This record gives sequence, structure tokens and C-alpha cells, in this order.
Amino acid sequence: MATSKNIKAVQKKSAPFVSSVKSVFQNYVPAPESSDHIQLKPQYNLFINGKFVKPLSKIYYDTINPATGNKIASVAKGNDKDIDAAVKAASKAFQSWSKTDPKERAKYIYRIARMIQERAREFAVFETMNGGKSIRESRDIDVPLAANHFFYYAGWADKLEYAFPNRTPQPIGVAGQIIPWNFPLLMAAWKLAPALATGNTVVLKPAESTPLTALKLAEIIQESGLPDGVVNIVTGFGDCGAALVNHPKVNKIAFTGSTPVGKLIQKSIAGTSKKATLELGGKAANIIFDDAPIDQAVEGIVNGIFFNQGHVCCAGSRLFIQENVAEKVIKKLKDRMKTLIVGDPMDKNTDIGAINSQAQLNKINHYIKLGQKEGAEIFQPECSIPSHGFFCKPTLFIGTSQSHRIVQEEIFGPVLTIQTFRTIEEVIEKANNIPYGLSAGVWTDKGSKIFNLTTKLKVGVVWANTYNKFDPTSPFGGYKESGFGREGGVHGLFPYVKF
Amino acid sequence: MNKSWISPTVDQVGVEERVARFNTRSVKKESKMQGMLLALNMIDLTTLEGKDTAGKVKQMCYKAMHLADDIEGLPTVAAVCVYPNHVKTAKKALQGSNVKIASVATAFPSGNSSRKIKLEDVKIALTNGADEVDMVISRGEFLAGNYNFVYDEIAAIKEACGNARLKVILETGELSTLDNVRKASDIAIYAGADFIKTSTGKIQPAATMPVTLVMLQAIKDYYDETGIMIGMKPAGGISTSKQALQYLVMLYETLGEKWMTNEWFRFGASSLANDILLQLGKEKYGVYYSGDYISKD
Repeated sequence: MATSKNIKAVQKKSAPFVSSVKSVFQNYVPAPESSDHIQLKPQYNLFINGKFVKPLSKIYYDTINPATGNKIASVAKGNDKDIDAAVKAASKAFQSWSKTDPKERAKYIYRIARMIQERAREFAVFETMNGGKSIRESRDIDVPLAANHFFYYAGWADKLEYAFPNRTPQPIGVAGQIIPWNFPLLMAAWKLAPALATGNTVVLKPAESTPLTALKLAEIIQESGLPDGVVNIVTGFGDCGAALVNHPKVNKIAFTGSTPVGKLIQKSIAGTSKKATLELGGKAANIIFDDAPIDQAVEGIVNGIFFNQGHVCCAGSRLFIQENVAEKVIKKLKDRMKTLIVGDPMDKNTDIGAINSQAQLNKINHYIKLGQKEGAEIFQPECSIPSHGFFCKPTLFIGTSQSHRIVQEEIFGPVLTIQTFRTIEEVIEKANNIPYGLSAGVWTDKGSKIFNLTTKLKVGVVWANTYNKFDPTSPFGGYKESGFGREGGVHGLFPYVKF
Repeated sequence: MNKSWISPTVDQVGVEERVARFNTRSVKKESKMQGMLLALNMIDLTTLEGKDTAGKVKQMCYKAMHLADDIEGLPTVAAVCVYPNHVKTAKKALQGSNVKIASVATAFPSGNSSRKIKLEDVKIALTNGADEVDMVISRGEFLAGNYNFVYDEIAAIKEACGNARLKVILETGELSTLDNVRKASDIAIYAGADFIKTSTGKIQPAATMPVTLVMLQAIKDYYDETGIMIGMKPAGGISTSKQALQYLVMLYETLGEKWMTNEWFRFGASSLANDILLQLGKEKYGVYYSGDYISKD
């Protein structure tokens, strides 16, 4: 029963804290992922023939954290002679690895998958620190997918005759694999797993700005007991990659990176018997129809371009909105962008992390200036960005056309161009009107529209009512200048076998 | 006769993904504390059982005003929620406090009765002193496609409410699809609801985050069109502080700061308050104390 004394106390209680509502969610209190547990070495060597060896040049370079600009570790600078040693080791190891019972091969691959899972947290922290992507993404997407690729291809190792009925698949030999900086660990998994499952040996060259998770993977590979020379990892710069591509004892090249470099590689191997797969750039159309579930489509737009700071070859970087819902979609998109948090990638609440390097940030800023010069209407939400490190606000360019250079060229950052369209024929033509052909997104409630578009869009991957969804069972790759060859699924085995 | 009502289409997979993304938000330390206090102040402490008595209601009302007197700085809950025939008891018990009285009405929970009886039910609740009325929509009429019926009924109840605030319970667990949830939300809002509410709490599933998100989106679209704010109350199934914080994150990032008070958001919950008190107790004493230290009223 409330007495007069209690009443006053009660009334006093309910008043004060309500005024501090602003502080509750306006700025989430920093929630940093702990990095105490990681085992970081001050200096990393090359992984050749099952051992960590010093680079022949004796040169090391600094690898940095793009969120702070600070050095994390020293990494060996491999040169053509190191590549030669690695390829020789892979060649020798191929003699026995290619004849190893497939079930035994599977066991090694499975073991690697398990060890990635066991050290998942550590891998996620390394990936974030070295590459700049948010810990939420490395933890929830990159690392689990990487482990799953090894699990998936471990399963194929002893079932190849089912992948190629009535044929006898043989491994090719030594695979030279060059991977990019946007998904360092995941790209290493996409390359290594199918190559090993089919009985090939590998020399892997990670991107120069993101060597650490590959080197951590090397530690796991050593611990797994994989025979010496089956996997070799040589860190270094472009010259190192070129040496690998041009080495006569490499039988197959797998490259993921930019279209210009992909073209160089094709030129380099012309006239040789080297097989190749190339996974290159993109400028994907993300298409919103008037019968799309609009709120969910807006989420899809955000995931399509701001996932991994837009450093994604299949990013939905050209937004096409059916003109009769354009105003609504753009308003909702702007509202949604206001809740995105750009910040310290190690903070669990960060949505958009750091740009991978100064060079990339310069390139993105160049395109932002260009877009403004070209007269497109720019929108960036008001948000704070850290004063150190390489950061870019999520950006929209509204009112663009196919003729704008920011629409034609791959920016590889959190920058989205917006065009309108009236009919399905118009959007198919515009979506295909680009040299790239990697991916696209389609948002509509009508199933028949989806099927119509999937057959007519000249891209390797079409996402319907979703975006940036990956799975080891699903083949990924492009048409036209986005490259050729597929990774993932049974299709991912083809490039690594001969008959 | 045109029986259609056009509402936007909703993609269930997309909604669930957005919810999963909200749940990756890490709310710690100061943010967490403030969030929990806010959540406490948003609770409608509820008893809606056949075996409710004056004694039960009185004791619950005392708890509503005195959640845990050993912890300083605690708010009261927002309101209590009872059947119409217990409103008088609640009114007397809560005299002099800020805690509001919400009464269910309109043949709660099924709503299967006549317009006459439903209006009378509301009248009784108001005469006895209710500040707020929680009505149920006619789900049968909705699923049969009689949207005009559903609309007219809500409008009539709203009229009968006078100054009392009307919460419209959609009973989302019976509506089956998110498209239906969106449609029912729009009908309720346009017909005059002050609040839209997920559930009666009498069936499963009750409130879920996907359903709540769709309703918040309906509220946002209405606000963008008209400038009018509508309140939201998820009810049933929210029993932990963690869940409450997740709902508050979703509320903040969908509707924004203006909705972050108990004037526009309520939790329909009976055991949530005690879980929050357990967490607050840990903040004060440094350890989780036994549940026996928290009153069960």
C-alpha cells in the first residue's frame, strides 16, 4: 500500500534516467574484441618445403594495420629465386602427393579445416588487424566460410569419379596461385582446397598488404603434417607473382585480382601449355523492381555495396531502381545509411571498417571527386570517422547514367551509383552494358521475373532477393572481362584436373 | 465489392537477416545499464489469468511501484495490464503513482463476440478507471478477407475509448505470414490505433523480433507519410534482459530516438522485470545473487 512517504520516493525514482536515453544508443559504448590471445610473431619467413625459411634476398618489409597505420610485423620479401625453390619443392612433392590414396589426402584437408575452426577467433583477429575489415565480418563470414571450403573439398577428394562420370580425372601438377587482399584467408581457402583435393601441389602468393592470415595458415599446414612441399607460401610483391606465373615448371595458374593484371597474365602464358583460371573485377547491377519488398531490398543494397567496405569483386555497385519507386527507395536507403557505424574494425559494433591501404583510399577518393565533377548528386551520412588510419564514409551518387565514368569503372570502395529504369528490357540492356560480367542482384516478389532475368543477365552469379551470399557448394566466377573458370561446387574441381 | 487492401510485400528471409544483424550489436557497460533501466520503465506488468483475484492484483501493483527497493535509482514500470473487472482494484492500489492502468477489452483474447458486447467491455474498463485499452482484432474476419470489417471495428472501439489510448492487438501468431502482419498493422494504424501490439500472450508464438520489425516498419512508413507517431508493444515471450536490449537496439535503429520512451514503446511481460533486476543486482553487488532475493509478485 502506498503511503505518502513512499509516493514521493516513487515519483522521484521514475524521473531522472529518462533524460539519459540519448546516451544509451546514440553511441554504443566501445565493444572491442579482445586481441590478447593472439600469437603474433615480430617477423615472418617464407614457407617452403615444409619449413619456414629466410628469403634469399634477406629483405623484409613492414605489414601494417590500416585502421591505425601502425606496423604489425615484418614479412619476408620473396623474389624469383625463392619462387624457383618453392616450385621445385612443389614439383618434387607432386610425385608422391599425386599418388597418395585420395582418402589420405582428404584426411589432411579435413584436419586443416578443423584447425582453422579451433583457432577461428585468432584468425578473425589477424584478418581484421591486417586487412581492415570489421571483426564482425571476419568472425561471422570470412573464417567460417574458409573452414567450410576445406571441409567441402575434403569430401570430394575420394569421390572424383562421381564428379566426372566415365572419365578418369588426373591431377595437373604444380598450381601457381595468386590471391588478393580483400578476403585474404578466404581466397587462400578457395584456391588451396580444390587443388589439394584433386592431388595437385601448390605455390601460393598472398597479396603484399595482407600476408598474415596466409602465414598463420602455413603454421597450421605445418602442424597438420601435410607432406613437405605440397603447399608452399611465398610472400612478396608483384615481381614475385610475375615470377610464379612465368615459371616453366608451373602447370596451372589461378589468379584472383584486377582485370588489367588478369590480362597481363593471359598475355604472359600465351603460347605455353599452362592452364589458367582468372577471377577478375566486376561492376554488378543490383536491380530493384517496384514489386520488391522494399525494406528488405534496402538492406540488400546496403549489404551489396558496404559489405567489406565495398572491396568485393561482386559488389552491387550499380543500383538500378524502377523509376516509380525510386524516390521511396532512395529515402529509405539514406535513412538506413544513417545507422551505419564507420570505425575501429576491432569494435564489434563497427559496420564499415578501414580501407585496406593508402593507395586504395586515394583511388576511391579520386572517384568520389570525379563523380562530383561529373555532376552526380552526392550523399554521405553525417557520421564520425576515425582521425587515424584509412577510412571512407559510405557514399551514394544519385542521378547517374551509363555514360558516367563512375558507373563504368570499378571503384572497389563503399561508393554506390544510382540509376533509374522503366521496363525490364531496359534494365537488362543497361545491366549487361559493361565489360564485366561477374554478378547481379534482382529484387522482386514475382518469381517469373527472377527466372527471366537470370537467363538474360550475362553474369556468373545472380542473387535473387539477397546479395553477397557465398557457400562452398555454389560455383562462383564470371563472364566477359570478369574472367573465366569457377570456384566452389563440383565446377571448382574442373580447373584442377586433366583427363 | 472490392475486398482488397494493398500493403507492401515483405520478404521473410530478408527480415530474419536484418534481425540477425541487429543481434550482433554489442551493448555493454554504460549503454547496457541505461538500456536495462529504460526497458524496466517500458514494462506493462501483466496478469491475465482466469484465476486472478483482488489479492493477486494488489500485490502485483505494489511490485509495479517497488521493483527492488534495495537498489537505488530504479524507475517504476510503465503500466499494469489486467482484465476489466480488476481495474478498480488496480486503480486504488496504484493511487498517487505514475504507473498507468491498461485494461484488455473486446472479448479478449479471442475477440469472438458481438460489437455490442465489445463496446460494453470497453465501457466497463473505462468507467472503472483504465487509462489505456488493449483490444484484439477479429482474426477470423481478417483471414476471411473482410478487411473493411476489421477496420470499422477498430475505428468504433477507438471512438468508444475517448481520451484513453488504444492498443490494437494483432495476434500475429495467428496471422501466419509477415505479409499479413504488415497488412494488419496498416489497417490498425489507419483505423485509429495509438499503439499496435503483437500478441495476447495466450498462444504461441507470441512476440518475435521479425514480427516486431515488420510492425516497426509499418509505423515508420506511416510517420513518413503523415508525421504522426504510433506506439509499439511486443507482448509475450520476452523474458530476459538480453532480449529486451535486442528489441531496444532494433527500435533505435528503425524508428530512432523519439520512440525510446514508454509513451511510444512498451514490453508486455511478466517475468522480464525480474531478469533485469537480477542483472542490475549483479552490477551493484558484483555477483549474481540467488533468485530468492527478487520478489515474485
